[in-house]
Amino acid sequence: MELSDAELIAAVLRGDTASFEPLVAKYSPRVFATARRYARRESEVEDIVQEVWAKAFQKLSSFRGEAPFEHWLMRLAVRTCYDFLREHQRSRERSFTDLTDPENDWLEAFVRAPEDASEDSAAARQLVERLLEMLSPPARLIITLLEIEDRTVKEISALTGWSVPLVKVRAFRARAEMRKCLQRITKEKYL
Amino acid sequence: MNLPELQKKLLVAARRNPPGAQVPYAFEKRIMARLTEAPRPSEWLAWSRALWFGAAACAVIALTVSVWAPSAAANGDTHFSDGIVETIMASSDEFDSNW
Repeated sequence: MELSDAELIAAVLRGDTASFEPLVAKYSPRVFATARRYARRESEVEDIVQEVWAKAFQKLSSFRGEAPFEHWLMRLAVRTCYDFLREHQRSRERSFTDLTDPENDWLEAFVRAPEDASEDSAAARQLVERLLEMLSPPARLIITLLEIEDRTVKEISALTGWSVPLVKVRAFRARAEMRKCLQRITKEKYL
Repeated sequence: MNLPELQKKLLVAARRNPPGAQVPYAFEKRIMARLTEAPRPSEWLAWSRALWFGAAACAVIALTVSVWAPSAAANGDTHFSDGIVETIMASSDEFDSNW
């Protein structure tokens, strides 16, 4: 008979470490999907997810059971991803002069006729990846949660631990930062 | 160049292509192995703890001396400070006499 999350957690807290494995098996797909939004390399993704599970294990006694375990775990995952972004801030001054040919073609198609530039193309996906990498960690986190995952401000506040007003301020700044990055792309390409 | 439209299109592209949720083979086993291995004592942690302990001890001694010394001076007990001054000046007195 399959045990519930609460039963498994209670068993782990009683000292039965093996009971943690079903939780890892159940929720790892979701944690991996989250980590893949913030890291490109699979080795980094796996490092992030391992870190999430290590923290979850260490802090399991702080889980109160008032909300589902998944919510608590995703909060931990988002904060670990944010720490990763801050630790691995690469040069964000990377210009768009090294766009690949498909990306250049997609942008040119957009300039000619925006409706012809398909959102489903690999070039569009690569461009948005580049754009996200140009953003500061808080901006990237907010844009990912708010604009891409379509979460509410209240959900983002719960996930990140930031107050609702802070989320709103960061969202405003993140959108402005994204616009500036796009302006830089187009200035360099179409000046 | 219609930037708002470009931004909107790129965000739609990101939304339509969520990342995969695949888990590497035997990932759960690796996690459990990591969680169940005995914690290795960290040398840096040990040094850090020792230094903090030393710093705390020094702070306590400094605080004790700073509280004790003025009260000793107020009681007319100047032996300690006199002793320090004598010790310091002794070497210069000797120097002067030799010179």
